[in-house]
Amino acid sequence: MTPLADVGRLAGSYDLVVVGAGPAGLAAAAAGAESGLATLLVDENATPGGQIWRAVTTTPMKRRETLGEDFWKGADHVARFDRSNAAYAPRCTVWSLAADARDDGLIEIGLSMGGKARMIAARQTILATGAQERPFPIPGWTLPGVMTAGAAQIALKTSGAVPDGRVVVAGCGPLLYLLANQLAAAGANIVAVLDTTAPGALRSALPEFGDFLRSPYLAKGLRLVAQARRKLRFVSRVTALAATGESRLEGVRFARGGGVDERIACDALLLHQGVIPSINLSNAAGCAHEFDETQHCWRPRLDDWFCASMAGIAVAGDGAGIGGAESAALRGEIAALGVAARLGRLDAGARDARAAPLRAELARCLRGRRFLDLLYRPAPQFLAPPDDATIVCRCEEVTAGQVRDAARRLGVTGPNQMKAFLRCGMGPCQGRLCGPTVAELIAETRDMSLAEVGAYRLRPPVKPITLGELAALPQTEAAIRAVVR
Amino acid sequence: MFRLTPEGAARPPLAFTFDGRAMTGRAGDTIAAALLANGVAACRTTPVSDAPRAPYCLMGACFDCLVVVDGVGNRQGCLTPLEDGMRIESQRGRRAVAELAS
Ligand code: FES
Repeated sequence: MTPLADVGRLAGSYDLVVVGAGPAGLAAAAAGAESGLATLLVDENATPGGQIWRAVTTTPMKRRETLGEDFWKGADHVARFDRSNAAYAPRCTVWSLAADARDDGLIEIGLSMGGKARMIAARQTILATGAQERPFPIPGWTLPGVMTAGAAQIALKTSGAVPDGRVVVAGCGPLLYLLANQLAAAGANIVAVLDTTAPGALRSALPEFGDFLRSPYLAKGLRLVAQARRKLRFVSRVTALAATGESRLEGVRFARGGGVDERIACDALLLHQGVIPSINLSNAAGCAHEFDETQHCWRPRLDDWFCASMAGIAVAGDGAGIGGAESAALRGEIAALGVAARLGRLDAGARDARAAPLRAELARCLRGRRFLDLLYRPAPQFLAPPDDATIVCRCEEVTAGQVRDAARRLGVTGPNQMKAFLRCGMGPCQGRLCGPTVAELIAETRDMSLAEVGAYRLRPPVKPITLGELAALPQTEAAIRAVVR
Repeated sequence: MFRLTPEGAARPPLAFTFDGRAMTGRAGDTIAAALLANGVAACRTTPVSDAPRAPYCLMGACFDCLVVVDGVGNRQGCLTPLEDGMRIESQRGRRAVAELAS
């Protein structure tokens, strides 16, 4: 692996560019390079691992049991990537990806590193942009002191830091219980775990229980919940939740089963209700997406080799649908086989033969996933906040009431139109934190399905880039011709 | 806001300032993590209502960690590694027109 610290050192074009150095991206880049492709892996962070294996090569938390064995598995994947011939651009942001910008059929990629932008080209791309936590819009969630559970986990992995004072962890899903255990092991004072798993969810998930029993999740998942329940104050059936405080968090207010308000004073509130694919890049590139009813989120529409609807773009890992780290690595590997075949390095027979065991392993990994998806699907009141004063767009500070009002009175039927009326989704996060909620509110108010409501149509740049960076880019002949006539 | 575990505190120190106050981070910290570990409650105020905000996701998605680093605004604190001697300032609300023109 060759690390590149300056955007000027990148080649002008690569056979394969992989975006994201998590489980899928590391596997895809290593496999691509191993099959002889000129491969570049670009990643926003300073060290490889993505979020799940964040800082696996540098973490100060060296006692293996604190972060758990699943975390340390990442080290082998990083080591394999290190041994490969791939080029690696850390701290590099991809702000555009266009499949139809060039006459030669190559994908054009806009990158930025250390305040300098550059356009490069790729014959094939694999987007391994992973997942983000599903927005958890409750009253007060913008107060300092409220964070995602994932954020606390990242602080623990990268810096060996834990939230100070009294910590409340709230929400549902395997990551929440994992984090509660990790933080407790690292010495945090967790005063309560507020479980928002919907009471009816078990009933809808039950038909999938047979598969779950035979899944690799079972033992692990049950152990996590049991541990959290045994060691920590565990409050189940939480049906309402709010963060309270003036200019910073002072406590949490909640209700169980529609009962009376209860309060817990706390200094940190960590929220989590599952993860959803990060689709900003595939969306802005113009790839078709579909709504996954089971996982309750949008994902790119893909074929058997994880190719998206735009030629030359494949999507692997949780960015293509949530499956967890192991499944992500396998999907990265399979996607790279597809690329090698499309670029003539492998014939179809060899590709299929090498993919077969990986696909079998993938099926094993994903067994039982449906049960988890259905069990931990957030309750409606945590997807579309009932309290109209709740902020849904954190950047532009647009409330649930404003969105409902625009949907009802002004007849706004989709997120893109909503953006024009209310500015929601126009701030720097570009709808990452409000998109799903705005869609839920429109669907609820107008009695539409989420598939009908749709999602924000994103446009590059998908990450902020300065005007200076853009202006300093060398202009292509075609770009100049388009303006100077 | 956050405190370092003994393992976290054992990393080499890095000196920086936040709004003129001297602080100490550790090698491997992002700016956002260093601010949290130094007890900084809010790193910016919003352009719409001047409400205080602190890093929320630490993974580049929410943009609540925006700060001014060595005079350059709108930097994502959670994606920027802390460096020795950095001058970090909170990002206050909307930029004024005079500031843009200067
Ligand atoms: S804390 Fe969310 S983008 Fe930095």
